[in-house]
Amino acid sequence: MTGLLTLENVTASYGPVQALFGVSLEVGEGEVVALMGRNGMGKSTCVKTICGLLPSAGTIRFSGQDLGRLPSHKIARLGIGLVPEGRRCFADLTVAENLTAAARPGSWTFERVGSLFPRLKERRHQKARTLSGGEQQMLAIGRALMTNPTLLILDEATEGLAPVVRLEIWAAVAHLRQAGALSILVIDKSLKELARVADRAVILERGTSVWSGRFDALDEQVTQTYLGV
Amino acid sequence: MMQERTLNALVLAGLIAIPLFAYVTDEPFTITLATRTVILAMAAVGLNIALGLGGLVSLGHAVFFGLGGYAMGLLAYHAQTYTPLMEVPFLIEGTKSMPVIWLVAVIVSAFAALIIGYLSLRTSGGYFIMITLAFGQMFFFFAISWSAYGGEDGLSIYVRNGFPGLNTLDPIQFYAICLTLLAIVLWFASRLACSPFGLALNAARQSPDRVRAMGLDPFRLRLVAFVVSGAITGLAGALFADLNRFVSPAMFSWQMSGEIMILIILGGTGRLYGPVLGAIVFVTLEHTLGDISDYWLIFLGLLLLAVVLFAKGGLIGALSSRRTAHG
Repeated sequence: MTGLLTLENVTASYGPVQALFGVSLEVGEGEVVALMGRNGMGKSTCVKTICGLLPSAGTIRFSGQDLGRLPSHKIARLGIGLVPEGRRCFADLTVAENLTAAARPGSWTFERVGSLFPRLKERRHQKARTLSGGEQQMLAIGRALMTNPTLLILDEATEGLAPVVRLEIWAAVAHLRQAGALSILVIDKSLKELARVADRAVILERGTSVWSGRFDALDEQVTQTYLGV
Repeated sequence: MMQERTLNALVLAGLIAIPLFAYVTDEPFTITLATRTVILAMAAVGLNIALGLGGLVSLGHAVFFGLGGYAMGLLAYHAQTYTPLMEVPFLIEGTKSMPVIWLVAVIVSAFAALIIGYLSLRTSGGYFIMITLAFGQMFFFFAISWSAYGGEDGLSIYVRNGFPGLNTLDPIQFYAICLTLLAIVLWFASRLACSPFGLALNAARQSPDRVRAMGLDPFRLRLVAFVVSGAITGLAGALFADLNRFVSPAMFSWQMSGEIMILIILGGTGRLYGPVLGAIVFVTLEHTLGDISDYWLIFLGLLLLAVVLFAKGGLIGALSSRRTAHG
């Protein structure tokens, strides 16, 4: 398995406040990697640095290319699809319009997204603001897929959703994993669900990557120490 | 309450019926007023692409309106005086052909919008408003000091420019030309809003960061929108100059920019027919109240206040079932 995304000793700050002190991780092609850690440990900040939404130091490489100081839209065009924390659909656009606005050539089309999330197909003419939280999350994932990425980043994709909707989202992630053409970096708090889809895990503690390895190698001592569960 | 589409169709039907109304009531001046309405509506449809779709509050769109006007004025002036517009490095002569003038007006306005947009779209909010206003004032004062073309007094064109196969001196035929162009511009604007570009522009208005995360550059989207918007406003400027057979620095003034923006706010920002209904109301008030009082703008101000306070979707929003353009 070759490294699609590589972070080496990445640091980042919000103004004078340093948030990342040295994060290193790797996501291979077709691999699902869980980025874990307690609240405020730098997971979302790490995602922002990957996507170029926050300036960083250190090395971030994607498909062999140094992301360096590339603007965020150019990073996204290289094949990184982001599902941001808090869903954040374009409220004034319909479901179909949200997906069309993001569309880039590739295997992911409106029809394919519709078959992954049939509810989106049913609500194609509905404004995003009128969707339920779960449907908005499906739309956010669908929108990221419409950019035809090679790496999908899911930042707290099931946060605040009803259990039945969470299952639907996880089923979709499992489906994407089985399809195999997509690498996924997933941030979530549900160890149980992550165990079903993730190949490997990276744990962040106070802005530093402190553990990485196969997900099934996560033992009680590690989860107790770094995740508090 | 009616569907917005029905309301739009009624507005268009009303504009088409005006020549008939003018004939029946024996009020030929109505056609001139309607022509002014249609042209101002076109300028506002242009601005609405930047403002309604892209969220760009430009207070300098009179630059493009004026450039369109002066493109017409200069070409027609040199045609009527039989003098070349330019001899070095190559010969450019004047023309009285409307299609050629429109093309020049569109190209010149689009080019100016490209330069102005490239510089001003690096800012946002109040800074963007101020920088576009500053560009407007630059062109305004340049036109005032350009004595070769009338300076502050402006430039008169004796005969209206020609269109193949039509008598443009006939008010109805000139009105038909303007209305046809407005219909084309409206069709184009509606297609643009539904296109992936228009949707991405709309999305960039809502959240530039999210658009960047989709791999799109909000700056580029806005620049293209600004150029298209400027080109349409420039075309309207050329027609406006042809209607009056006169161009003056007033076409570049910030009041002109404000007037175009008022048409949009009155009718409904981001609404396809908002600028058209806004222009109809504006010109009607200007004509009717203007006859009664020199202070008719007070009444316009009150109406504008009422629309802003009680009808956020503009008049189209108040009359149709869809209250807000982006709702």
